[in-house]
Amino acid sequence: MTATQEPGLKEAPTQEIGRDRRRKEDQRLITGRTRWTDNIVLPGMLHIAMVRSPFAHARITGVDTEAAKAAPNVVDVFTGSEVADVQGVIANAWPLSAEQKAPDHPPMAVDRVAFAGEIVAVVVARSAAEAQDAAELIDVEYDELPAVIDLKRAAADDVLAHPDLGTNISSVWTLDSAEGGTGGNVDEAIAEARENGIVIEREYRQQRLIPAFMEPRSTVVDPTGEQYVVWSATQIPHIARFLLAATTGTPESKIRYIAPDVGGGFGGKLQTTPEEWLTFLAAKRTGKPVKYTESRSESLMSGHHGRDQWQRLTLAATKEGRVTGLKVDLLADMGAYIGIVGGGVPVLGAWMFNSIYKWDAYRFTTTQVLTNKTWVDAYRGAGRPEATYGIERLMTELAAELGKDPLEVREMNWIKHDEFPFTTVAGMTYDSGDYEAATARSKELFGYDELRAEQQRRRDAGDPVQLGIGVSTYTEMCGLAPSRVLGQLNYGAGGWEHAEIRMLPTGKVEVITGTSPHGQGHETAWSQIVADRLGVPFEDVEVLHGDTQISVRGLDTYGSRSLVIGGEALVRAADKVVERAKPLAAHMLEASPDDLEFAGGRLQVRGTDQGVTIQEVATAAWTAHDLPDGLEPNLDASATYDPVNFSFPHGTHLCAMEVDTETGRVRMRKYVAVDDIGNIVNPLIVSGQVHGGLVQGISQALWEEAVHDEGGTLVSGTLVDYLLPTAADTISFETDHTTSPSTTNTLGTKGVGEAGTIASTPAVVNAIVDAVRHLGVTDIRMPCSPERVWRAIQQAQKGAGQ
Amino acid sequence: MNPAPFEYLAPTTVDEAVAALVEHGDEAKILAGGQSLLPVLRMRLNAPEWVIDLGRIETLRGVRDAGDHLVIGAMTTHDQVLHDPLVHEHALLVTKAVTQLADAQVRHRGTFGGALAHADPGGDLGAPTLALDATFVITGPSGTRSVPAAEFFVDLFETAIGEDEILTEVQVPKYDGWGAHYEKFVRVSHQWPIIAVAATVRLDGDTIAEARVGLTNMGSTPVRATAVEEALAGQPATPDAVQQAAAHAADGTSPPTDLNGDAEYRRHLATVLTRRAVLAAAGRNGT
Repeated sequence: MTATQEPGLKEAPTQEIGRDRRRKEDQRLITGRTRWTDNIVLPGMLHIAMVRSPFAHARITGVDTEAAKAAPNVVDVFTGSEVADVQGVIANAWPLSAEQKAPDHPPMAVDRVAFAGEIVAVVVARSAAEAQDAAELIDVEYDELPAVIDLKRAAADDVLAHPDLGTNISSVWTLDSAEGGTGGNVDEAIAEARENGIVIEREYRQQRLIPAFMEPRSTVVDPTGEQYVVWSATQIPHIARFLLAATTGTPESKIRYIAPDVGGGFGGKLQTTPEEWLTFLAAKRTGKPVKYTESRSESLMSGHHGRDQWQRLTLAATKEGRVTGLKVDLLADMGAYIGIVGGGVPVLGAWMFNSIYKWDAYRFTTTQVLTNKTWVDAYRGAGRPEATYGIERLMTELAAELGKDPLEVREMNWIKHDEFPFTTVAGMTYDSGDYEAATARSKELFGYDELRAEQQRRRDAGDPVQLGIGVSTYTEMCGLAPSRVLGQLNYGAGGWEHAEIRMLPTGKVEVITGTSPHGQGHETAWSQIVADRLGVPFEDVEVLHGDTQISVRGLDTYGSRSLVIGGEALVRAADKVVERAKPLAAHMLEASPDDLEFAGGRLQVRGTDQGVTIQEVATAAWTAHDLPDGLEPNLDASATYDPVNFSFPHGTHLCAMEVDTETGRVRMRKYVAVDDIGNIVNPLIVSGQVHGGLVQGISQALWEEAVHDEGGTLVSGTLVDYLLPTAADTISFETDHTTSPSTTNTLGTKGVGEAGTIASTPAVVNAIVDAVRHLGVTDIRMPCSPERVWRAIQQAQKGAGQ
Repeated sequence: MNPAPFEYLAPTTVDEAVAALVEHGDEAKILAGGQSLLPVLRMRLNAPEWVIDLGRIETLRGVRDAGDHLVIGAMTTHDQVLHDPLVHEHALLVTKAVTQLADAQVRHRGTFGGALAHADPGGDLGAPTLALDATFVITGPSGTRSVPAAEFFVDLFETAIGEDEILTEVQVPKYDGWGAHYEKFVRVSHQWPIIAVAATVRLDGDTIAEARVGLTNMGSTPVRATAVEEALAGQPATPDAVQQAAAHAADGTSPPTDLNGDAEYRRHLATVLTRRAVLAAAGRNGT
């Protein structure tokens, strides 16, 4: 069959947004035919090995480097005291307030180490193996100091992590609805509930986790050109460049920072690291390209950790179950230093403990505490999973207290779909949402009533394998963040994002984004957005990122910000390209710009078939042979977008867990996630984000925990002991979406990078507790190992027998 | 990380390998698949001067029928054992254990003898070979000797193999017609077992005529649950009878305490999992 086409008229391009395109970056990523930092080999390149402290807290009384310096092919060896004045500092970019107490954080310890794993000497050699051999020859003398490892003990201040600070309390931060005028007095609400209602008091533990990205961190620094070129496995090339310049005195213009393909981060690469700074210093000292790639053991020990909180929660409710107030007291373990945003991570929970609920009074206090452990910073969700866990466990406990279904109690308290926009008791305004719709869909997919019936049957029969159902109706705040809000929170940077579109002479389109993907699939999703916005084929769009010499402006990727902020910048840049094209197109068509309309990639004279494609206009602009007077021969455009608000994805997750009461082993039976993330650009990418996020959150509930012994050594220091799941350990999840588009960005998107992780942890624990609640169990600490589940049952039964 | 420097030898005969061991003694480590040794070397937990690789000694590979027993060459990979029809027919318990041993990659590199000689109390092969009364054939400068399984495992990472000796083969008596089950208790699939129970039984109608039960990670060596075996003999293969016998599973054991559970919990698990393993080996519903 032959198709005839009128000249100048093409078929309208397929709508790209909403299409489940496979990720264009995956072919090179999954075959390994790509550029990871550790793949980079430069002429004359040297390699680094780090000597790290085995002690959690010690004074360095001597470092003998003579034997290492004499070892074969060793080029340089240096210690902290030798480079104290030139090594720069590791940034604490979210100090919360001027009162915050934070220890100095040099890349390499100068005279004292504050956690096991801290770097005390650097060896530079012609090969990595030779550097490691020489590192073993370095003799460090330590004078051990008392170390404070346990978070609660640290809060008592009897042993100090940093004696010079005089306290372990770094900062205390409070949000109070009565003081802020967003609600009532929480103490009054609790007092009232003690008289006439219900008060639920619980203490929950958020165990310490390790981000455990797939690609270990790696940095290459080439000092041989006019600019220092830094390649690094980082989420934040733009911020790292700024901070490297700001803390080492090297002009920012002399630093080119490149995040090549980066294999995962989950917040673990949202950091400027001692290893990056010391590699930079080694390259400066030797004048040669230098590489450092960490081992997995080093990664687990010294890459920053996540979570690690104690949560004391007091919830007040009426006898019917309407929540009237919540008081939150957090203890947050910072570890030995305050990381780039670590000081503020717990604070993000302030707007999330109230979640999707309406209540009268609220007070949130978080106390940041220093200990002699690896420092804690952002990890997928950062502050929001912790808060969501606390409130979703608590709402379930309230339902149990009332003898009601946990979904019924939630519905009694949540914001109804016709109440948006809604300003919460924490002062945040949610633009859109529909909790009823997500919950209805989730129940339907789950077979809620059938599983409840099975649960009852197993209870009645005394089945050794009991069934439990866990609920998590979460929301989160994505799109970090409006710059003005960040300024009010004493955050060190803004929250805008930048995009640029270059119309190439052949009609191809280069998209430059300030976001820095490390597994998210931006190259595909951004291509889809631009293809639609400019009406050009998907294949004609190339997305460039991560190199500060190409992507000049940007604030990188974290906090589910890339699509909602970076995507909006992209839309605005594309719209500017169209506006720039109009005068030239009008000139080409001998029409008035006002008479042109843009659709399907064509600028067309309204009411006629006369038109040109934007790609043809790009070519005409490049030749510049026939331009209207005064018109620049260039269609390129950029946009920098600062959001006006966060976005608020939400959803209802339902989980069924089987608990073997004889052994305590749990098994996931069913998991349904219905997420409202607004409009979806690429359903396949979203599905990947949701599935991966779910596993990460489930893993917190069941498997992962960073454990230190009393001396501060990381006991779970390899992947033998730090349990990560594989596909063999999970089931096939059912995922679906309801949609209430965000009203604060053009595409109506909300962000999805962290949703699964935030929602799933409480769903799983709620299900496990639900399975054995009739045996007297009211809580099981995470991770819910078989031993802990079994002991919880044993103890409950012992209690019942007394 | 890279291992510390070492010299590498790859002999092609057992005699050459033994000669190398005699020469280098305690400065040498044997590489027999490398699934445990290489991580140890790369993390620099050990830095031997010599690594003697047995991978090129062809005579150490393969499974053969030797009449009343099977001979499993020490350098036979787990994957070869897993798919060997002789093992499946005559020593089903071994097949059942290897099915759950680590993952496919490890099974293709790791070897039967290497894992046993490493003697990790969490290893999956100790309990089955102990339960099956296997014989370990060891070759050294003064010739070859046979050691019964009950004497082979000495302590944590310690066996009857001398410094200048090599484990060359494992002889497993035939257990034709015996049912078998390996009940492995892990939190994630690729984990070493918290504990595991290897059980094989011979039924006479509905009665358990004989049973062999070995325990993994219930002490510094694999443990034979003899009290359970004795209690099972002549009992009906019913949940109640098996449960009563399995209650003795932890008798005399000294299990470790670690991140995955303390000794008390392991003792409890041993009784539950022994009941399940024996019932499953008898073809009854494990629960």
